[in-house]
Amino acid sequence: MALLVDKHRPRTLETLTYHSDLSARLRSLAASGDFPHLLIYGPSGAGKKTRITATLRALYGPGVEKIKIDSRVFQTSSNRKLEFNIVSSNYHLEITPSDVGNYDRVVVQDLLKEVAQTQQVDLSAKQRFKVVVINEADHLTRDAQAALRRTMEKYSPNLRLILLANSTSNIIAPIRSRCLLVRVAAPTEEDIAGVLARVGKKEGYKSCEPLERRIAKDSGRNLRRALLMFEAVHAQNDNVTEKTQIPPPDWEALIEVIAKEMIEERSPQRILQVRAKLYDLLTHCIPATTILKTLTFKLMPKVDDALKSDIVKWSAFYEHRIRMGSKVIFHLEAFVAKFMRLYEGNLMGMDMDFDD
Amino acid sequence: MASFFDIRARQAAAAATASSSKQQTPTQDNRLQPWVEKYRPKSLDDVTAQDHTVTVLRRTLQSANLPHMLFYGPPGTGKTSTVLALAKQLYGPELIKSRVLELNASDERGISIVREKVKDFARMQLSNPPAGPAGEEYRKKYPCPPYKIIVLDEADSMTQDAQSALRRTMETYSKITRFCLICNYVTRIIDPLASRCSKFRFKSLDEVNAGKRLQDIAKLENVPLEDGVVDTLLRCSEGDLRKAITFLQSAARLVGVVQAAPAADKKRKRAKIDDDEDEDVMDVDQPSSSNLVTVRSIEDIAGVIPTNTIDNLLTAMQPSSKGTVYGRVSKAVEDLVAEGWSATQIVTQMYEEIVIKDDTTGDWQKARIVLCFSDVDKRLVDGSDEHLTILDLCLQVAGILGER
Repeated sequence: MALLVDKHRPRTLETLTYHSDLSARLRSLAASGDFPHLLIYGPSGAGKKTRITATLRALYGPGVEKIKIDSRVFQTSSNRKLEFNIVSSNYHLEITPSDVGNYDRVVVQDLLKEVAQTQQVDLSAKQRFKVVVINEADHLTRDAQAALRRTMEKYSPNLRLILLANSTSNIIAPIRSRCLLVRVAAPTEEDIAGVLARVGKKEGYKSCEPLERRIAKDSGRNLRRALLMFEAVHAQNDNVTEKTQIPPPDWEALIEVIAKEMIEERSPQRILQVRAKLYDLLTHCIPATTILKTLTFKLMPKVDDALKSDIVKWSAFYEHRIRMGSKVIFHLEAFVAKFMRLYEGNLMGMDMDFDD
Repeated sequence: MASFFDIRARQAAAAATASSSKQQTPTQDNRLQPWVEKYRPKSLDDVTAQDHTVTVLRRTLQSANLPHMLFYGPPGTGKTSTVLALAKQLYGPELIKSRVLELNASDERGISIVREKVKDFARMQLSNPPAGPAGEEYRKKYPCPPYKIIVLDEADSMTQDAQSALRRTMETYSKITRFCLICNYVTRIIDPLASRCSKFRFKSLDEVNAGKRLQDIAKLENVPLEDGVVDTLLRCSEGDLRKAITFLQSAARLVGVVQAAPAADKKRKRAKIDDDEDEDVMDVDQPSSSNLVTVRSIEDIAGVIPTNTIDNLLTAMQPSSKGTVYGRVSKAVEDLVAEGWSATQIVTQMYEEIVIKDDTTGDWQKARIVLCFSDVDKRLVDGSDEHLTILDLCLQVAGILGER
């Protein structure tokens, strides 16, 4: 039994629902034979991957959907062995180099060179080049990106790259200038509600428009998330109505609790309690950035307007520290403490700003 | 330019079979070639807007003496193009392969490479220009001076050690080898190297020259442009001609001007092999109005945020009576992030609007706003979360603006 997200994923460019002019462009690119390197960027859940799969299908026909997973072993210069998974079809490869952390350069260099040096095997293939899809390209190290640069130019007759990223900020300019940049914006709430309604109809769910709208709103314009929530709601309730609760994910509920606790009481004991919960989240592999961000946005409605900009300021500050530092709990806790002091200071009517 | 083809034609006549097969291969791929490569200046006279450098270099063409050179300046101003054009004019197509070594940052360039590859090349004997009557002619066309050129592109990304290793090499083999270092930041070149070279600064291209070049290319490629596209290109590329040309090519691809249907494509390719010299006449079919390159499509490719979106954000940041600043700003930022705009682009455009264009803000406020920008830029480079960072920036700036 597949999840709704996978079950109803559009397979061709024609069946994509929103961003129709983007689809049209991709179609004309795929038909032209002069396919450039692409850099697709946009927030998660916007449909980047779906669009790429559909484009690949338009390029090569249904053969691209026959995929297999290989495991390859690479050797680094320090003789360490790396195991690396590659999803591939006859026509394309899909890799996530950030899986191997700092050694991504080795993978990018070895693998791409190997692919690039072999011609397309299948003579009946529609295109002479192969496509390599690189997921999470914004997590590639600088070294790996620099290595890509040369490869992109040198092997361009045999190889096209499709880079997928959440943002172009971390992609070095030479790469950006070699790719055609394609922005995939998140779907609007109407788009999401429309998709939900259609999926619901196919699944035979009872339609309930206000609920769909609410899910669309809660999902933060993330279609994947909206579909998962939609499925969860229907799995838990046989009969949905307008007022059916949308169950938030566990971790979000826990962060909500943390936020409430932080507002209720501001004391060292409370910090200890909060810390236990934070650890709980971290051990469940919730990224620290997500925790901090969600926490901040949960705290926002509960505090005084005057405080908001300060809280965002410190939240951004500690988020940066998380990124730079090595032990995340320090910075999360520091944010908690900072928040408590700001809040306390505001209550007392004091302007406590002696550490700026 | 004419002489270049002239000599080619003569060689083709001399060695009919060999050279004609050699020439076919490049022309075949010509259509898929990046325009940046296709329209690289072929001689020093084609290099636009770098008058000073070009005059000096042209003199060396006559005197056949060349100092070591250090070219520096912002990207896309023609540094590499100039040196390649110079090499072409000095040596001609025959000798250029054996006389010029070009290394750039994507080649491995540690100290070992400098020791081996560069040194070996520097030490190598000079190759001779072709002999016989054809060679006479050749030497008349190209001066073929008695030295080789080593071009180290993007020299500022070479390590300090590798640069130090170059020092003695430069002097020892200076009789038969000239170096040309190319870099963006002259300060990253160690002093001993810099002092051995004569420096040439490449200034940003002025709009008139760059605009003309873009229009020429568009005309040659048969790309119909909307009014103001050239200006937009120049604005988006910030003086970087290479970027502007790439944008133009992408836009042309996107609207489907360059390519026809695949079947016609093949036919054309075959046709081209037959008459391989005239590849400049490309698509003769009249482009319809739908595949006009528009200002919007250029901005789209460059990732530039539409003005009204930015304006929305700016109005949200202005202090006003209705609603809280936080509410409005957070909504605007959320939308921006959901639309997928890149944070660096948001920061750049906000900076332009708030710090450069806005005259009503006082200097003291601007100074503090600039501090915020610097902080945020650093954080983005370090990979912080974009949503939080942008929100922080907007709120801080809004706070500062609210004080007046």
